[in-house]
Amino acid sequence: MKLWLPVLAVTVANFVLKAIGPLALGDRSPSPTARRVIALMAPVLLAGLIVVELGGEDWANLNSPQVLGVGAAGVARWLRAPMLVAVVCGMAVAALLRL
Amino acid sequence: MRPATREGLVEGMRLGFGPGAAVFVLALSFGAAAGAAGWGLVLPVFFSMAAFSGSAQFALLTTLSPGGAVSAVATAVLINARYLVMSVALNDSLSGGRVRRALQAQALTDAAFVVAHQGGGRFDLPRLVGASAPQWLFWVAGTAVGVLTQPSPDLMNTLGADVVFPAFFLMLAMEELRRSWRAVVGAALGAAIAGGLLLVTAPGNALLGATAAALLGALPDDYPRRRRGGGR
Repeated sequence: MKLWLPVLAVTVANFVLKAIGPLALGDRSPSPTARRVIALMAPVLLAGLIVVELGGEDWANLNSPQVLGVGAAGVARWLRAPMLVAVVCGMAVAALLRL
Repeated sequence: MRPATREGLVEGMRLGFGPGAAVFVLALSFGAAAGAAGWGLVLPVFFSMAAFSGSAQFALLTTLSPGGAVSAVATAVLINARYLVMSVALNDSLSGGRVRRALQAQALTDAAFVVAHQGGGRFDLPRLVGASAPQWLFWVAGTAVGVLTQPSPDLMNTLGADVVFPAFFLMLAMEELRRSWRAVVGAALGAAIAGGLLLVTAPGNALLGATAAALLGALPDDYPRRRRGGGR
């Protein structure tokens, strides 16, 4: 029970966080300015996610095989490799650098 | 089901499969860590089914023992605060009343949010749901396999598994950055904010702070030209 309560609390909070926008706004449409801000959310969030994934808390997780592996996956994708193939390329580069 | 809806769902599922594979790797780690922490099998799998949130689940798992339940729950919730902002962004693309929209918004994940983005702040709901479905399946299955097999974190690291998630985010970002120069500048600003905040706060807060870069969109469409014109 000690573990279940925090798990249930996080589950409910997660549901509420995703529901707040629709519950608060209903069918109101955003202004053109708000729409332009919304349009930037995806690229901004992705850039933040990449930095946070690579750096970790206090930048303590930063390691060159991972960064180079991610870079290799990006290059492979830029050369039109399918997504999964590009990721496998990135993993292979990181694994080779760690040998 | 209307053909456009079915097409969107199928396209979303196709696009969600790649990030779903990445999710599986992450779920293996979560399941293994939860098993090692004595959570058993049922609780981690239930958590993955109901919460469906890697960042919050990892945050709770890693902070529960040392920090106490209240601070652990607070950390896990804070790390997901970005979903509040994203749900506001998504709302105009949902349909029906408030409750129906709130239920539709439960399909929100980072990757699905991006996959469903059609540009101009509009999102395709069937694509969002379609992209979330394989991720949920992989997340739940990966958690169960992780608890049962307990793969070593060192082995996963040696195989380059830590590349999977950021690599998928990078590839999704490459698609987004093609849309406009404003997206490129916004992404650079978001990365800089997240990078700076990582030095002083937890990753979840850094990520939430990075979303402030989207306020760049509040500038008028013709901002640099208008400013130059106004200066003459």
